[in-house]
Amino acid sequence: MISQLTGNERVLAAFTFLILLCVGVAMAAAGRDDLIGTHGWIIAVSAIAGAVALLRAYDAPAPSATRLSEYYDDPSKVGIILTLIWGVIGMLVGVWVAALLAWPELTIDAAWASFGRLRPVHTSGVIFGFGGNALIATSFHVLQRTTRARLPDQFSPWFVLFGYNLFCVLAASGYLMGITQSKEYAEPEWYADIWLVVVWVVYFSIYIRTLLRRKEPHIYVANWYYMAFILVVALLHIINNLAVPLSFGHAKSYSLFSGVQDAMTQWWYGHNAVAFFLTAGFLGMMYYYLPKRAGRPIYSYRTSIISFWGITFMYMWAGSHHLHYTALPHWVQSLGMAFSVVLLVPSWASAGNALLTLNGAWHKVRDDAVLRFMMLAAIFYGLATFEGSFMAIRAVNSLSHYTDWTIGHVHAGALGWVAMITYGSLYALTPWLWKRPALYSAKLVEWHFWLALSGTVVYVFAMWNSGVIQGLMWRTYNDSGTLSYSFVDSLVAMHPYYIARALGGLLFLAGAVIALYNIVMTIRSPVAVASESASDIPLGLEPSAPIAQAGE
Amino acid sequence: MFNFHYRLERNAIGFVLAIIVVASIGGFIEIAPLFTIDETVEKAPDMRVYTPLEVAGRNIYIREGCYACHSQMIRTLRDEVERYGPYSLAVESKYDHPMLWGSKRTGPDLARVGGKYSNDWMTAHLNNPRDVVPESNMPAYRWLLRNQLETGDLGEHLAALRAVGVPYSDEMIANAPNDAIGQANPDTDLAAGVTERYGDKTDVSLFDGNQGSVTEMDALVAYLQVLGHLTDAAHTTPQNEVE
Repeated sequence: MISQLTGNERVLAAFTFLILLCVGVAMAAAGRDDLIGTHGWIIAVSAIAGAVALLRAYDAPAPSATRLSEYYDDPSKVGIILTLIWGVIGMLVGVWVAALLAWPELTIDAAWASFGRLRPVHTSGVIFGFGGNALIATSFHVLQRTTRARLPDQFSPWFVLFGYNLFCVLAASGYLMGITQSKEYAEPEWYADIWLVVVWVVYFSIYIRTLLRRKEPHIYVANWYYMAFILVVALLHIINNLAVPLSFGHAKSYSLFSGVQDAMTQWWYGHNAVAFFLTAGFLGMMYYYLPKRAGRPIYSYRTSIISFWGITFMYMWAGSHHLHYTALPHWVQSLGMAFSVVLLVPSWASAGNALLTLNGAWHKVRDDAVLRFMMLAAIFYGLATFEGSFMAIRAVNSLSHYTDWTIGHVHAGALGWVAMITYGSLYALTPWLWKRPALYSAKLVEWHFWLALSGTVVYVFAMWNSGVIQGLMWRTYNDSGTLSYSFVDSLVAMHPYYIARALGGLLFLAGAVIALYNIVMTIRSPVAVASESASDIPLGLEPSAPIAQAGE
Repeated sequence: MFNFHYRLERNAIGFVLAIIVVASIGGFIEIAPLFTIDETVEKAPDMRVYTPLEVAGRNIYIREGCYACHSQMIRTLRDEVERYGPYSLAVESKYDHPMLWGSKRTGPDLARVGGKYSNDWMTAHLNNPRDVVPESNMPAYRWLLRNQLETGDLGEHLAALRAVGVPYSDEMIANAPNDAIGQANPDTDLAAGVTERYGDKTDVSLFDGNQGSVTEMDALVAYLQVLGHLTDAAHTTPQNEVE
């Protein structure tokens, strides 16, 4: 990859590694008595590893000018591999912590191995490691295809991809050591947060620079969603992570907000991390890969507009439904509930738009497990958003909140929607990028599909059962007017469902391992084809004929 | 409307600005007033700040991810009030940077757990929950008794908390390490300073049962025992009807 950088970009890369090395060494020195010192060394070693790779190929000949007539897909390729690896890691930890809830004595007597430290490794591993890499990898691909323009340079995509993965490594290793802010899905400490802002600014600059150089007059729907993902996540991340660190040599910081204001800010962040990381970004994926794979244009362009702006506007009000019946003022709870219910309209408009796009291609859904992944994702998206609006109603929330029902809901979205659309898209994308005629094994995709579906169903049903039972047991009164069950009674009732949940997760994990194997074998298969690649180039050199985009 | 959009989606910068504006409205309207409307947080003149030992314990609670399974927010529901005590008020987490309201109860709520169990029970339970609650699925935190508490930088912790708005005095910050040691060692000279600075009601005990050394167990138990006791506001002000 170094040989693809121009001379100037190699100098820029060298400077980047130098700065990173200085920061890492400074953190290691200032934090020699603190856990931040370990992270300083991780940063310094990453910088040295990058610099060594750079120097070994520094004198390679400059890339030829013909590169400008091709799309730049190597960062997407590496991103796909990283996505699959993070997926296996994150889901493996998930299955393990699920097992710990059923059999707590399985663990060893070490702080890093306890449930409380491993759980965020699971959540961050799947959300940021798996989901984030999938979004970066696919967004670079979709951006170039829908603008008919090459990425603006060769350095910044690598900076974003590797910088982002450095953030993920800092996050996961930090949890194991006990570095956490405790804010759910925003656990990494201040220095990792600042680093993510730097990465994110570069990510946005790639997007906007490519859009400004586009050869298509219109910006395609998928890019609206990817842009909303990038912009709003930046806004949420910066505001929710405002904090005062002890010093440059301490990992620990204290959040700027406290109590009720902090709770509202946190769930404004938390719910919209779901909305703009796990929904908007993946809708971008869906709006490109589903019509492409089905060979059909998006059913309704106008519905896309309404659902996009509906989601962008209304989700930001919905976070307070995480705080029903709490010390948050009632008016904020009511606003959150109202907007959460109305959110069903744009959510179902998106899901319906996707499913109606498949009209005329249902025979392909039957025969092609890759397309079936995407269809199932749209169905689960519809189910999970319905359930979400339902659970945001105060009366329902009084039962569901604090219980496993919430965990079931989240996994209906995470497994059924996010992971399914990701695997569908990556299965479609891999043969295109590596110019292979097909995946290594269609049969393994079928296996993965049925494992993923059965795993999701087992998981979600287990959590629905345990959540509803738990919620009901907590509020059941006996004839004498006192509470019927102690807390421990409700915990004992959960045991069979915790075992079922671990089993569901294991099925899903097995599918993720198959996906990694299948895609690696596809890449390693020697057959190369040149069928689609002739037209798969940026506009500019050849006479510009109007080319229909998916969806127009 | 669709014609307008037809033009908007041809303008990258315009589209970016439109997303930022449309997405900012909801959060602004819901969050900004929480800082300005006085009734949002009740008044509690008797509210005290966490002692250095309790701050250290709170940081261990965060470090070990306790918040993932335990809430600290009793809702305004009849069964919760009967099970856990008066529903939580906003003022009770006024000094919580960040708040630890939680989102899941794999274990019970802890907002008012302070004083419900003895220090010995707490220590035994944290060391191995199944020794005292056989059905429990909580992890055993055996290293808390083994690890000596890092007290040297507690002054910096208090100073950082003061920077975000917690009213620690210079004296509290200067004496933070000694106060942490004193609170876990009742019969020493250092213990007197703790009640002097944080009030007579401050719990000064052998939290982990051992005199002398201050362990992480001391800190975490001290923190758990103060939960629900920083102010009496929830007990003294009449509570609204619960549902």
